[in-house]
Amino acid sequence: MIQPIYTHQFENGLVLVAEPMDWLESAAFSLLVVAGCCRDPADRLGLANLTCEMAQRGCGSRDSRQFVSDLELLGADTSASVSTVHCSYGGAMPAESLLETLAIYVDVVRRPHLPPEQLEDARLVCIQEIRAIEDDLAQKAFQELRRLQYGSPFGRSAPGTIEGLESARQDDLARFFRDTYRPNGAILSVAGKFDWPQLLDHAASLLADWTAGTAPVCEETPAAERVVHLPQDSSQTHIGIGYPSVPYAHPDYYEARAAVGVLSDGMSSRLFTEVRENRGLCYAVQAMCHSLRDRGSVLCYAGTTTERAQETLEVVLAELIRLGRGVAQDELDRLKAKLKSSLIMQQESSTSRSNSIAADWYHLGRVQTVDEVRAIIDGLSRDRIDAYLESHPPRDFRLVTLGERPLELPVGIS
Amino acid sequence: MEFRKQTLENGLEVIAELAPRAYSAALGFFVKTGSRDESDANHGVSHFLEHMAFKGTATRSTADVNRELDEIGSHSNAYTSEEQTVYFAAFLPEYHDQAVELLSDILRPTLRQADFDTEKMVILEEIAKYEDQPPFGAHEKCMAAHFGAHPLGRSVLGTADSVGRLTRDQMLDYFRQRYSPRNIVLAAAGNVDFDRLVTRAERFCGSWEPFDAPRETPRAAAHSGLQVVHKPAAVQQYVIQIANGPALEDDDRHAARLLAAVLGDDSGSRMFWELVDPGFAESASMGACEYQGTGILMTQLSCAPEDTAENLARLRDILAEAETDGVTEAELAQAKSKIRSYLVLQSERPVNRLFSVGGNWIARRRYRTVRETIESYERVTCDDVAAVLRKYPLSVLTTVAVGPLSAPDQILAATGA
Repeated sequence: MIQPIYTHQFENGLVLVAEPMDWLESAAFSLLVVAGCCRDPADRLGLANLTCEMAQRGCGSRDSRQFVSDLELLGADTSASVSTVHCSYGGAMPAESLLETLAIYVDVVRRPHLPPEQLEDARLVCIQEIRAIEDDLAQKAFQELRRLQYGSPFGRSAPGTIEGLESARQDDLARFFRDTYRPNGAILSVAGKFDWPQLLDHAASLLADWTAGTAPVCEETPAAERVVHLPQDSSQTHIGIGYPSVPYAHPDYYEARAAVGVLSDGMSSRLFTEVRENRGLCYAVQAMCHSLRDRGSVLCYAGTTTERAQETLEVVLAELIRLGRGVAQDELDRLKAKLKSSLIMQQESSTSRSNSIAADWYHLGRVQTVDEVRAIIDGLSRDRIDAYLESHPPRDFRLVTLGERPLELPVGIS
Repeated sequence: MEFRKQTLENGLEVIAELAPRAYSAALGFFVKTGSRDESDANHGVSHFLEHMAFKGTATRSTADVNRELDEIGSHSNAYTSEEQTVYFAAFLPEYHDQAVELLSDILRPTLRQADFDTEKMVILEEIAKYEDQPPFGAHEKCMAAHFGAHPLGRSVLGTADSVGRLTRDQMLDYFRQRYSPRNIVLAAAGNVDFDRLVTRAERFCGSWEPFDAPRETPRAAAHSGLQVVHKPAAVQQYVIQIANGPALEDDDRHAARLLAAVLGDDSGSRMFWELVDPGFAESASMGACEYQGTGILMTQLSCAPEDTAENLARLRDILAEAETDGVTEAELAQAKSKIRSYLVLQSERPVNRLFSVGGNWIARRRYRTVRETIESYERVTCDDVAAVLRKYPLSVLTTVAVGPLSAPDQILAATGA
């Protein structure tokens, strides 16, 4: 079966990308604008998140209560989040509610009220989010790891700082909105049950007259530290390890992804086997590929009680070093089965495909169909993965520990 | 969608909701056992046993089980609750036969001593992980305070102490008392060949020895109480409040769930507008949980410690107003719309249907289509919600607060306890 992917780029730069899934009764969308936290002014960290919160407090003809109740009556299960690069709004709903829900979200990104009388409430909501992360130790460790890995602004965390939020004024918000909520670089993805000509017409009527802005230039500062310990009175020590990898758009990405899969995907993966099954050191241990458009990383996490933390760190690092020596055929075969299953099961979820095609467009400037990805997975070979690992062995580690005591990087590891 | 069921000679029930066009299939063994079936002596054994199921059988080592689960590309896992232990896998239809065989086999684990000892360390790490994680045990502590000596007062994970003391023999005894085929349902959903499933189940589960595995189901007594647990390292204060609610066999559970959505859904509810939207609280929500013979309505709040008393006063007003005036037609319609949409979206994945079909069967021995479930919610009126509020007064609450606050009087006035 040839699986169609529809795309249309409007003159103002916005791209509509859509994948029909006629076997579903639902539809899902993601609407991404280039309004992520990398665009926060250095003295207003958290402004992107605050703008996202404010944009949902009334838009177009609706006040904030009408906005929420109309979405709920449409059966739309929606959410919004800010990442490094994007602010993304999206959700899933019964297919018949799609067009109306899209119209509401176009109001969010084009005609939000940003009501000044609600600024203090919204600020408090965003501060609550920062306080919550203070109590979420694994996430706190991971935030710090991303900072070490990517520096500023790409290693920032969307919630920002309490000082940054407290400094933000209404005119900062208005300026941020005016500069960043623009169609150039924006992506609207839709997956599920829809009629393409009707969707395209609808999107054109809502979005074609949106005026483009100027693309931002970000100044980067790498993180000075490679190893950080965050002292914390806690039962466990939370360990984050990062090292450079290739980004999603790189020709070797799937080789890098497969190597991390051997390390961490499934119950027979190396980390699960060596750290949890054979030694009982952890309940949670994992590694994942993380990608910006022009660079990528592998980020690992392990949480373990303080007395066993040093051993855990050593075992995880030993597995990372061993990975550089290559993978076995049976490991690759299992991984392929898992990746293919996941890919096919994606087709049971409009949300999953909608997120996936939006990410594809951002990273690749095109969408890979399920069939294409399946062919890539089938084509993965041990030789190519090993060759990749030989030229990109895990090294140049960044380490974050959060807990009662700092840990020692083993001798010979950098 | 077609529903099929068949009972094997040893009492194991096999049920399935068939969706031949689905991309995947999902399969699960639903064992009617959990922390409520434990005693003080073996507290935590249900969940520990669930882990041990993956640690090898008469014919498979731990590594074999893990490797084979991955070979079929499955998304497999297990979970334990107060009332159920569920072992499941979602996979592509071509792996059906291996999946049935493998899952059947792990339901008869060997419980080798060395594996038991290593896995005990993993469980202790899991307990430590939750100790570090919001709401820092507030949920378990509130269940314990609310239920007291009732079996539902026992936490699922157990404590470091109770798990530390558990022996392999205790686990084996528990297994022999609870894992009877009469106490287990094999459920499937999605692209499954039912006759083939039954044939495989007969082959791999037919020899399981049946016996009775009864469960006590007393009602919980209503009472009010307050407990404050000091955790100076926390930044936010975490509060859980539990009131009584309908049990899972009660018809008014749908009205109770709609009530919880009106008052305390994550968005668009009274708690959302009064506490979360203005930034008074990081979160404030209410949910209904049903158990066999009893149920609860649980409210959770997290906020800055200094705002706790004021926020609890706001919650008390919301609950009191609901008790006096009930909910409006518009609120009810909005809550129904949300639940309807949620159920429809959920049902697109076979693995979600598995939990619904299997869970419903083990709880009530009933199959319901998505449409029938939606209709049960559609039928609820404002009067039905008012009746729930009369029967289960929200002002009778057990409250547990965990966080930087140490003195009960800092929150006592606000709870009215």
